Amino acid sequence: MKYLKVYLKNYRTDSILAPLFKMLEATFDLMVPIVVARIINVGIVNRDIGYILRCCGILILMALVGLVCSFTAQYFAAKAAIGSTTGLRHMLFEHIQTLGFSEMDTIGTSTLITRMTSDLNQVQSGLNLFLRLFLRSPFIVFGAMIMAFSIDVQMALIFVVVIPVLSVIVFGIMRWTAPRYKKIQSRLDGVTKSTRENLSGVRVIRAFGREESEVKQFSEANDSLVDLQLHVGRISALMNPLTYVVVNIGIIAILYAGADKVNSGVLLSGGIVALVNYMNQILVELVKLANLIVSISRALASLSRVEQVLDTKTAMTFPEKHMAADGSRPEHQASCPDDEAVRFDRVSLIYAGAGAESLTDISFSARKGQTIGVIGGTGSGKSSLVSLIPRFYDATSGQVSLMGQPIQTWDRESLRSRVSIVMQKAQLFAGTIRSNLLWGNPDATDEELWEALKTAQADDFVREKSAGLDEPVEQGGRNLSGGQRQRLTIARALVRKPEILILDDSASALDYATDAALRKALRALPGDVTVFIVSQRTSSLQHADQILVLDDGRLVGYGTHRELLDACGTYREIYESQFQKGDARQ
Amino acid sequence: MKQTDTRSSEKQKRQQTLKRVLRYIRPYGFFVFFSLLCSAVSVAAQLIVPVYCGDAIDAMIGRGQVDFASVLRIAAAIAIVTAISAAAQWILAACNNRVTFCVSRDLRNSAIRKIQKLPLSYLDAHPSGDLVSRVIADVDTFADGLLMGFTQLFSGVLTILGTLGIMLYLNLAITLVVVVLTPLSLFTAGFIAKRTYRYFREQTVVRGQQTALINELIEGQKVVQAFSHETQSLEDFDRINDRLGAVSLKATFFSSLTNPSTRMVNNIVYAAVGLISALYTVSGGITVGQLSVFLSYASQYAKPFNEISGVVTELQNALACAARIFDLMDEQDQIPEAEHAVAFSSHGHVALKDVAFRYVPDKPLIENFSLDVRPGQRIAIVGPTGCGKTTLINLLMRFYDVDSGKIEMDGTDIRQMTRHSLRGNYGMVLQDTWLKAGTIRENIAYGKPDATEEEIIEAARAAHAHSFIRRLPNGYDTVITENGGNISQGQKQLLCIARVMLCLPPMLILDEATSSIDTRTEIRIQAAFARMMEGRTSFIVAHRLSTIREADTILVMKDGHIIEQGDHDELMRRNGFYTRLYNSQFEESKTPQQATGHQTCSAAELRGF
Repeated sequence: MKYLKVYLKNYRTDSILAPLFKMLEATFDLMVPIVVARIINVGIVNRDIGYILRCCGILILMALVGLVCSFTAQYFAAKAAIGSTTGLRHMLFEHIQTLGFSEMDTIGTSTLITRMTSDLNQVQSGLNLFLRLFLRSPFIVFGAMIMAFSIDVQMALIFVVVIPVLSVIVFGIMRWTAPRYKKIQSRLDGVTKSTRENLSGVRVIRAFGREESEVKQFSEANDSLVDLQLHVGRISALMNPLTYVVVNIGIIAILYAGADKVNSGVLLSGGIVALVNYMNQILVELVKLANLIVSISRALASLSRVEQVLDTKTAMTFPEKHMAADGSRPEHQASCPDDEAVRFDRVSLIYAGAGAESLTDISFSARKGQTIGVIGGTGSGKSSLVSLIPRFYDATSGQVSLMGQPIQTWDRESLRSRVSIVMQKAQLFAGTIRSNLLWGNPDATDEELWEALKTAQADDFVREKSAGLDEPVEQGGRNLSGGQRQRLTIARALVRKPEILILDDSASALDYATDAALRKALRALPGDVTVFIVSQRTSSLQHADQILVLDDGRLVGYGTHRELLDACGTYREIYESQFQKGDARQ
Repeated sequence: MKQTDTRSSEKQKRQQTLKRVLRYIRPYGFFVFFSLLCSAVSVAAQLIVPVYCGDAIDAMIGRGQVDFASVLRIAAAIAIVTAISAAAQWILAACNNRVTFCVSRDLRNSAIRKIQKLPLSYLDAHPSGDLVSRVIADVDTFADGLLMGFTQLFSGVLTILGTLGIMLYLNLAITLVVVVLTPLSLFTAGFIAKRTYRYFREQTVVRGQQTALINELIEGQKVVQAFSHETQSLEDFDRINDRLGAVSLKATFFSSLTNPSTRMVNNIVYAAVGLISALYTVSGGITVGQLSVFLSYASQYAKPFNEISGVVTELQNALACAARIFDLMDEQDQIPEAEHAVAFSSHGHVALKDVAFRYVPDKPLIENFSLDVRPGQRIAIVGPTGCGKTTLINLLMRFYDVDSGKIEMDGTDIRQMTRHSLRGNYGMVLQDTWLKAGTIRENIAYGKPDATEEEIIEAARAAHAHSFIRRLPNGYDTVITENGGNISQGQKQLLCIARVMLCLPPMLILDEATSSIDTRTEIRIQAAFARMMEGRTSFIVAHRLSTIREADTILVMKDGHIIEQGDHDELMRRNGFYTRLYNSQFEESKTPQQATGHQTCSAAELRGF
């Protein structure tokens, strides 16, 4: 609740006024049976038509005032609920921005999206309901009891007994069924899963001739769902008849005891009518309250899921502003050579939640202006290695240094502006080609954009677009081909004019000629740009100054293509697996 | 004319749907009957209680004028009616539950049976999400809507009729007031709903936009951070978030006016009924007790109307869902097995004779395709994307039937054998690494459920999967989740290979079977593949040269035809399409090649092949 409270506080008046006005309206509801009793006891008994007219006038007036109160309540409730959840949504989004990669991996993007959308919507409607109705129903239940006391204390005792009994039945059944409904849901999920499996695996199922056994498994899941549904249904179906019985017993008691009272002149028949009305009102409100509790507990569950994300704090902290952001060099790093760009010193990495190391004891250094190749099989740790350079993750042990300084001493802004990474997944955003490129540097001129496009081998196809740089990009870049997307993400990284450029297997959708031209253009980049190229293809890396060979998270080779062919078995194996046996050493 | 046509045909369709629905309900007819009976009983009981209350009140006119015997008799009557009604309500709910849940189950079971029989052409053409939602969500909506709607409609109508009858019996004029005024609340609700619809639509639109933005920015969160784009993103987000807030406020506020407004209308009706009844009572037309009956009916009379108006949309909805389910059921089954279909065990001789096939009627794909594969031959199929490689496999496995020509296995048309036995002759590994949710053991034994532990481990070893399986926390009992998130794509592919290794049928189909495995691991399992293929007719679709080069025959396909055929050396000598494709890959990377003097074929992967 703590985060929601922050925003709810801004709507304190609204969230107090809403239930207040709602209770005011409920008060009028509670008055109705009393007025009717008056009509019977005074108007009809005295044959006073004027009195009857006045009473009905009061009823209509109460209806109108009730309407105004209710509108007011709805307005304040909606304002408070929507205002504060809008605020909470802002807070959540802002918070997600601060999460590190490690936290993002643990939580998962799809979870974050659900939290931001359906969970927050659930919170919003739950809060709205809560503000409007949560006080109203108990108020009417107890109000009815108090009104009963005002009619006759002894008769009111019937209410004192009936209300707890009704509550026990309603809430008892709800308490019993709620967890079981969850179980039903999970069995239904099982049936859904089985259906999906039957569709996605249709070729394999048919190839192995397993149709019958799949149908059998499905029926079993289906049967277990129905069994539970019937079982839970039988109990939850008890609610209506049981409450009906209790309320009618209450009514019988009122009639029976009332007969005595009327006979002795303590009560008039109008009083009996009013008491019976109250009894019926109580039942209606208790059932409403029960349903309300279901929606509110659902909203609370959503809220706690949202707050769980807000409670996740990033483990990674950046210093405020780095002293060397202007280029000056801190003294404690005097030992490193001037032209060193990246240095790994016995670096190991264990991802949060993973048991085993993804990188083990990696040491190397890359000089400014060098091209470094990174190669290895799937899952060998290539991406993990390069994602340490922009400090997406912190090494579990060992030290990563950038330009001679420990990476932890860089402030976020200057670190990320020096290191540009092109990720495996080519991610573009809705907008235009220009707006996407400007991500790299909001102040870049058109000339700089075209230059970057040219290096990324993307200038030709952008020029062919009718709107050029202003060509719209749809969500996720759907309107572009995989290769085009990839080249645009490379251009985006180049616009930044980084000192270190990392291409994480980001040329996979390019054909050989384009790939080669890209590598050539990258070599010709002005200044001492250090380029890391991650690839599965040895052919893409042959001209790198140094190649890092990874196997199962360990650095098993470091050197040039030639050196590695001679000295590194793993590299040779990779090479030979891609080239014809025997050709490699020709 | 045309319009009435479509309308009548729509009506006809709806009637047909209804008829079929009844067929599904028929086995539970007994429960339906009981449900209706109980519904009638409970409605009658609920209507009679206020009347009894009124009688009781009339039996206690004032001090010393109470007819205790009547009150006691009435109290007893109420008790009995209550007991009967409560029992009826419970039985009603139980019957409804049984019918609803069982009909859903039956529908789902027949849907899944149907899916097993549908031709792959249908399943390939329809997104599985849509089919899943028919089997799950539509069945739910249908069962809930139809059966609940039906009983609610029934009890609603009974309530209205019963109330009317009793009121008419008591007093005509007051009844008229109730009948005329009550629908007012319905109109009010409808009026507000119509007015607020605009805001709701607007809310839906803005919410959709926001969801799209959230999706994009959260999925691209790593890029956002890599480019320090956080502030800008937050600004974009806030802009739409504030707009959503404003729109939602309107939509929520205006829609929440419905309940208070109808309540107000009901209260005014109540006051009017109270007034008229009181006047009648004063003039002696009705008793005080009857006045209380009218008042309680006035407050409840609007309820069944509200319910019924909801029920009608629900019923329409349910019928629409039912129609969607039946559409699925009505799809044509795959061509039934031939009358004298035989179980067949092949020696591995496959012949395609003049085969033609197309997915889309006006787009020819495979034409005049003939091929003779001798037992034990290894056939590699290469060619550009969309040339029909995978289609050929669809035809061999009879996932699709040829349009003309025929495919023979050892001289028998494959349409003359059971699908089960035909497919049993092939071991298949596809690029799509489908595994069942279940343990690794179950998955490997998928094609041979009675395999022994030794056989399973042996197969895993042969597929080079044993070592990674052993390292998993639960070994062979590791449960693979639905999306297989706990093991890598390459590992999944190894399991698919192990699955085939266990059965080892006489022929093999490998469709890009090693695409997710890195080249080094691939080399390692090549040996296993080679052993597996030994003496078995194999069809291999691959883009990696290493796999292709060792084939006995390479089929080069283009636009559904075999344009070249031969082994690697022959094809290279022929200097045709194959050579050109091969060399084009070579040319592209020639420049850097020359720089180091490495004149080898750098066409490491024949991508695009």
